[in-house]
Amino acid sequence: MKRFIIRRLGYAALSLILLSFTIFFFVRVTGDPTVLLLEPGASRADMEALRQQLGLDRPVLVQYWTFLSQIVRGDFGQSFYYRTPVLELYFSRLPSSLALAVVAMTFSLVIGIPSGILAAVRLNGWWDSAGKVFALLGLSVPSFLVGLLLILFFSVYLGWLPSSGSGTVWHVLMPAFALGWYFAAAHMRLTRSSMLEVLGSEYVKLARLKGLPEALVIGKHAFKNALIPVLTLAGINLVLMVNVAVIVETVFAWPGVGRLLFEGISFRDFPVVQATVLIGGAMIVVVNLLVDLLYAVIDPRIRYGR
Amino acid sequence: MSGKPLLEVAHLTTHYVAARGTRVTRAVEDVSFALNEGQTLGVVGESGSGKTTLALSLLRLLPPGARTVAGAIRFEGEDLLAKTPTEMRKIRGKRMAMILQDPMASLNPLFTIGDQVAESIRIHEQASRRSAGERARGLLRSVRIAAPEVRVREYPHQLSGGMRQRVVGAIALACGPRLLIADEPTTSLDVTIQAQYLKLLRDLQREHGLAMIFITHNLGIVAKMCDTVAVMYAGRIVESGPTRRIFAAPAHPYTQALVDSIPRLGDGRSRLRAIEGQPPDPAALPSGCAFHPRCPDVMEQCRTAAPRVFTIAADHIAACWLRK
Amino acid sequence: MDASAPSPAQTSRALSLTLAWRFAAFQTARLPLVPISIILLFALAAIFADVIAPHDAQVGSLSARFRPPAWVQGGSSEFLFGTDHLGRDVLSRLIYGARVSMVVGFTAVIVAGVLGTTLGILSGYLGGWVDQLIMRVTDTWLALPALTFAIFLAAVVGPSEMNIVIILAAVYWTRYARVIRGEVLSLKERDFVRLAIVAGCSKRTIMRKQILPNVVNSAIVLATLMLGVVIVTEASLSFLGVGVPPPKPAWGLMLADGKKGLMAGYWWLTVLPGACIMLLVLAANLLGDWLRVKFDPQLRQL
Repeated sequence: MKRFIIRRLGYAALSLILLSFTIFFFVRVTGDPTVLLLEPGASRADMEALRQQLGLDRPVLVQYWTFLSQIVRGDFGQSFYYRTPVLELYFSRLPSSLALAVVAMTFSLVIGIPSGILAAVRLNGWWDSAGKVFALLGLSVPSFLVGLLLILFFSVYLGWLPSSGSGTVWHVLMPAFALGWYFAAAHMRLTRSSMLEVLGSEYVKLARLKGLPEALVIGKHAFKNALIPVLTLAGINLVLMVNVAVIVETVFAWPGVGRLLFEGISFRDFPVVQATVLIGGAMIVVVNLLVDLLYAVIDPRIRYGR
Repeated sequence: MSGKPLLEVAHLTTHYVAARGTRVTRAVEDVSFALNEGQTLGVVGESGSGKTTLALSLLRLLPPGARTVAGAIRFEGEDLLAKTPTEMRKIRGKRMAMILQDPMASLNPLFTIGDQVAESIRIHEQASRRSAGERARGLLRSVRIAAPEVRVREYPHQLSGGMRQRVVGAIALACGPRLLIADEPTTSLDVTIQAQYLKLLRDLQREHGLAMIFITHNLGIVAKMCDTVAVMYAGRIVESGPTRRIFAAPAHPYTQALVDSIPRLGDGRSRLRAIEGQPPDPAALPSGCAFHPRCPDVMEQCRTAAPRVFTIAADHIAACWLRK
Repeated sequence: MDASAPSPAQTSRALSLTLAWRFAAFQTARLPLVPISIILLFALAAIFADVIAPHDAQVGSLSARFRPPAWVQGGSSEFLFGTDHLGRDVLSRLIYGARVSMVVGFTAVIVAGVLGTTLGILSGYLGGWVDQLIMRVTDTWLALPALTFAIFLAAVVGPSEMNIVIILAAVYWTRYARVIRGEVLSLKERDFVRLAIVAGCSKRTIMRKQILPNVVNSAIVLATLMLGVVIVTEASLSFLGVGVPPPKPAWGLMLADGKKGLMAGYWWLTVLPGACIMLLVLAANLLGDWLRVKFDPQLRQL
């Protein structure tokens, strides 16, 4: 067990390093750092100062080391636009995004899990066919399109819901639905196939052989087992949602980190862009790690297996 | 032993239908046998011979795509094929029980042993949690699991393979069935554990007066455990009769080949004798007698006409033109 | 294992089941006409844009702003799908937008495919540190959401049509690499590869002549499935303003512009480009599913 934890931690650390290096590489080597990391309209003197500060003449690895030590200390630079440290800015916006993601995740699970179960239990029935269509739409209709259509319908035509901003329950409904849309389909597909696999298992067969009522077979024996992979995915997807919400947050002017990213690109505020991507990516690596470790704790077969 | 058989099966036929009716797999074809109380019937055959489908047909738990299309099943005098799903559900686990091959897969990894053993008692007899729990502990004791009070709180992965199979046995016997169907219960156990487990089954059978249908491909087990044997090939019973007679004087070439292929020390043979060829694809059976491509004594008639069932002696029948 | 068809990639069983299932609702044993004709329609529009587009897609007349589509009151047959906030004809912009989406989409998918397949083969076949290196990078890049990564790269190198293609390829090659590597790992154990090794073929030859032809099928299926995703990402980038730069019309950009008129009720500026995106992506997904089922005979029973 210990070996597993250590190995997994090692992988995560390696991923974080690779991630930071990737970001660093693209900024310093592929892009032009003097343009990116300086405010628009900077003077030659500023450029020189930056060169000194970042050590742009030094070898790449040395630069990376400086970069890494800054990151670890929490120094992600300062936003040109807001004139505050980026890290502070990011964390001030994070709660909004998390709130949105939680509501969106709730939608996606409430819609996805029951329909997945129904589709599996009534295989090839009406519900299954409807599910197939939903799954296809979930993948094919981008979230921002869903958002725009929702606005058109509920804000413009019906006037029921506000089209932007945040603050009340009404504000969160449409963005959460748009954000959760794709994931609802994904969760339904996974629930369905997980359920199918469980329904074909030997212990479900035995449950039936025992003469248990079908409701008990599905509700007790199949359900819990089928849910495990879905919930695992949901955990990982939550963090993913925070990251990919940039589009939905932009459409609905939701004040989260996604919108922060959008502001960063609109205003050419590069430190913000760099930090958002880096922190977002790091969060995903960390959550993946936590989920893996948690899984190992819950399911002892994994611990001893690998 | 009373006069009327516990289980009577007549001309049972189960088919799998796939690809919208174009492909029919005759998994079980025209199977007939009878089983008395306390008797053990062995069902022997290679994989694909229809043994498991036969068992599932008796319990009426066929997978989607499979259907019993002909025949009759009488259990304790009742016609099982006429039962509604709810009635069948009350019979399963209570009057007829089944053990599967892989004990690890048969037990739900997320629930405790105690829960899974007590479950059928709670459902079939509406017992309270406490009384079901007590009976579960008693059952574990009767399958010779030590310290059952501890075990009931444990999860399947914490037990050894042999213990798990005993738990499966306890689950099957929980409500006192008259008939136990065991589908290759020892195949996934270690050889040393196998003997113990078989002894346990025999003892339990004697204690409870159980009738057993023992499905296996291992003739050694048949010899030890079974009163009568039915040999299946390509969905049909090609020979059946008392175990001793079948082993001593097999009437069907297939049975003969099976018996011959058991390696025995000191019988003067230097080579293992295997049966030539492969078992047929159940969806594309040969014409006439299904065994004819592999039969050492094949005759012209065998290629064109499926053999009728001939009586060799009392209780001993074989489906072979040679025995006409 | 039989030696006939190559064993499918071990993407999770769940994925296999769901793809075939998703398609089964629309299954025909022969060619899936609907998706193919949709894709063909857009492709033709893209190729013959100069000929079929009724107006100039980049210049509009301010006197004709916000005209509704022809079938709505106030519209005219001059501007079949209406005009936008700068008086530009929506239909023409949609047609030229098809060109952008198709060109960017196809090119990115092909480049990503070639890159990803090559790296996947190298990684799977050579093993060792090459494998470790490529896999670590793949895993890390896969962890980063495609859209975020693409936005970042677009901010770094600046958007242009060429850059967007490169960016999309850089973001999506990892998807191929992972799947192909999995297939190569199982192919490595097959007899015909072992025979080639015994016969003394060089590693490069084996990779080229034995492994590559057997993974091409999966690569193609994957490419078709990726097409939809790539087009959505490209539209997302355009929507956010870091996609193919104006005045070239891109559907995502049209949606962004359309949003401005949304509250005023100018629905056609949102619904029509949205419908195009949806149709094309739907068609690509359906086609990809059909190919998947076709090349993976075991799944057909589902």
